[in-house]
Amino acid sequence: MRMHPQTQFDGRPVPEGAAVTAIELSEAAVTFGRGDRAVPALSKTTLKIADGEFVALVGPSGCGKSTILRLVSGLVQPTSGVVIVGGREVAARALRVGMAFQNPTMLPWMTIERNIMLPLKIVEPFRSSFRRLRKTEFRDKANALLEQVGLKGFGNRYPWQLSGGMLQRANLCRALIHEPRMLLLDEPFGALDQFTREELWAILQNLWMTHRPTVLLVTHDLREAGFLASRICVMSARPGRILDDSRVEFARPRTVAMTFEPQFVALNQKLRAFIEDARSAAQQGTG
Amino acid sequence: MFGIDIRQKAWSAGLIVLFFVAWELFCVITGMSDLVLPRPSQVFVTLVQRFPVLWPHILQTLGTTMFGFVLGVALGVALGAIIGVSKTAYDTCYPLLIGFSSIPKVAVVPIFVLWFGSGTVPAVLTALSICFFPIVVNIATGLATTEPELEDVLKALGASKFDILWNVGLPRTMPFFFASLKVAISYAFVGAVLSETVASNRGIGNVMMTASSNFNVPLVFAGLFVLAGLGVALYAVFSLIEGRVTGWATRKNDVIAT
Repeated sequence: MRMHPQTQFDGRPVPEGAAVTAIELSEAAVTFGRGDRAVPALSKTTLKIADGEFVALVGPSGCGKSTILRLVSGLVQPTSGVVIVGGREVAARALRVGMAFQNPTMLPWMTIERNIMLPLKIVEPFRSSFRRLRKTEFRDKANALLEQVGLKGFGNRYPWQLSGGMLQRANLCRALIHEPRMLLLDEPFGALDQFTREELWAILQNLWMTHRPTVLLVTHDLREAGFLASRICVMSARPGRILDDSRVEFARPRTVAMTFEPQFVALNQKLRAFIEDARSAAQQGTG
Repeated sequence: MFGIDIRQKAWSAGLIVLFFVAWELFCVITGMSDLVLPRPSQVFVTLVQRFPVLWPHILQTLGTTMFGFVLGVALGVALGAIIGVSKTAYDTCYPLLIGFSSIPKVAVVPIFVLWFGSGTVPAVLTALSICFFPIVVNIATGLATTEPELEDVLKALGASKFDILWNVGLPRTMPFFFASLKVAISYAFVGAVLSETVASNRGIGNVMMTASSNFNVPLVFAGLFVLAGLGVALYAVFSLIEGRVTGWATRKNDVIAT
């Protein structure tokens, strides 16, 4: 890949143990609204994520998983507690964060290539040289990423010419183009069919292994979490808090076949049990 | 696809020809007086004969229409951008806008004449006031429909409100904007002619008024033909621009058709 020289992207794995903290939530809680209509979205949560880690957040729906993502990206401010990202309190924006949602939101009037280059138009240091480099260096960069996700030659197509799976791959490219230190994914593969999803797991794993950003992935799919993550956090029902936090030690690169091996199935079962408990606890609480 | 297109156009042209032939035949058979309904051939002859006299009036009408239209677009875009970006502004301004837009514009011409005298100024103002509303509504709608996810992606990158408006909001609004321009230019034209008819001594509207008080009915109809021709031409020009600029919004249909 032709990219700006930057230590965390040279492809070497980050040495274990010497990890720097990338994301730190200490006692962070979020409440939407005020007074009688206040809705607690996230209970006091403490979470520490090391640089280069791949963390999956799983839990029953509406449990505040997305709220954690929005906290980290600075889209939501904590009602109490502190969120520190990259050594800074999140109130200051302009962190290098890449985000991708379930909806790929490619702009229909731009080619895929130009869609992917959109963050370069916004984020420094690329922004100031965008006009100069968009036809040369930046375009090469976009195409190198496209090649990595198996979309070589699709750069000058328009979004409506691509399938849902292809758009989602382009979405990942857009989230990575500005070399973010952090990648925040909110159910990115939720709308895809099973086979396309598994294909994209492998692609995302590959991207993570070459670029080594810190990834925070919100998902409903326990197999997805087990396949991709190096650490899985299980959350309780709303207002969410973290119930379990465990490492996933399977060797990489992982394959779809591995997800059917007994150890993997056991991990799945364990996560399932946690979430079912959380769900029934919530139902008893409300009912 | 191509064949169907040609056939469709042939049908449209055929209908127009049929309309005029039927009209001509109707007048000949019933022996209709040309003081009531002149034959189309008569109208065409009048149009060609009087064209040198009509020409400056055509320019006048076109000029006031375009001037009013340009002002209307400027005002419409500015207002639309303001109320499209802010929900509060949208809710606050909307009732007032509806109120203004539902006033029949014939009713405001006398007021403009009272303030500015008869002539070009009230015509421009009428054109403006009648054409800016569709633009406001379309710009505001286009801006309000920006996907929240994309906004989040860009905000997380540290994009300012202006960045988002410039890169996402405004381009997304373009199909709405150009669709509204087509409507607005027709409205502006109607507004200009309306004002000329009521209070002016120049323009096609005034020519028609004068001709009808002289019982020169063929000339009245000649003026009507000119108006129809100009209206179609203006609409066509803006459709063409729309297709060029915002082809991406309709390109999907081409693919399905081919």
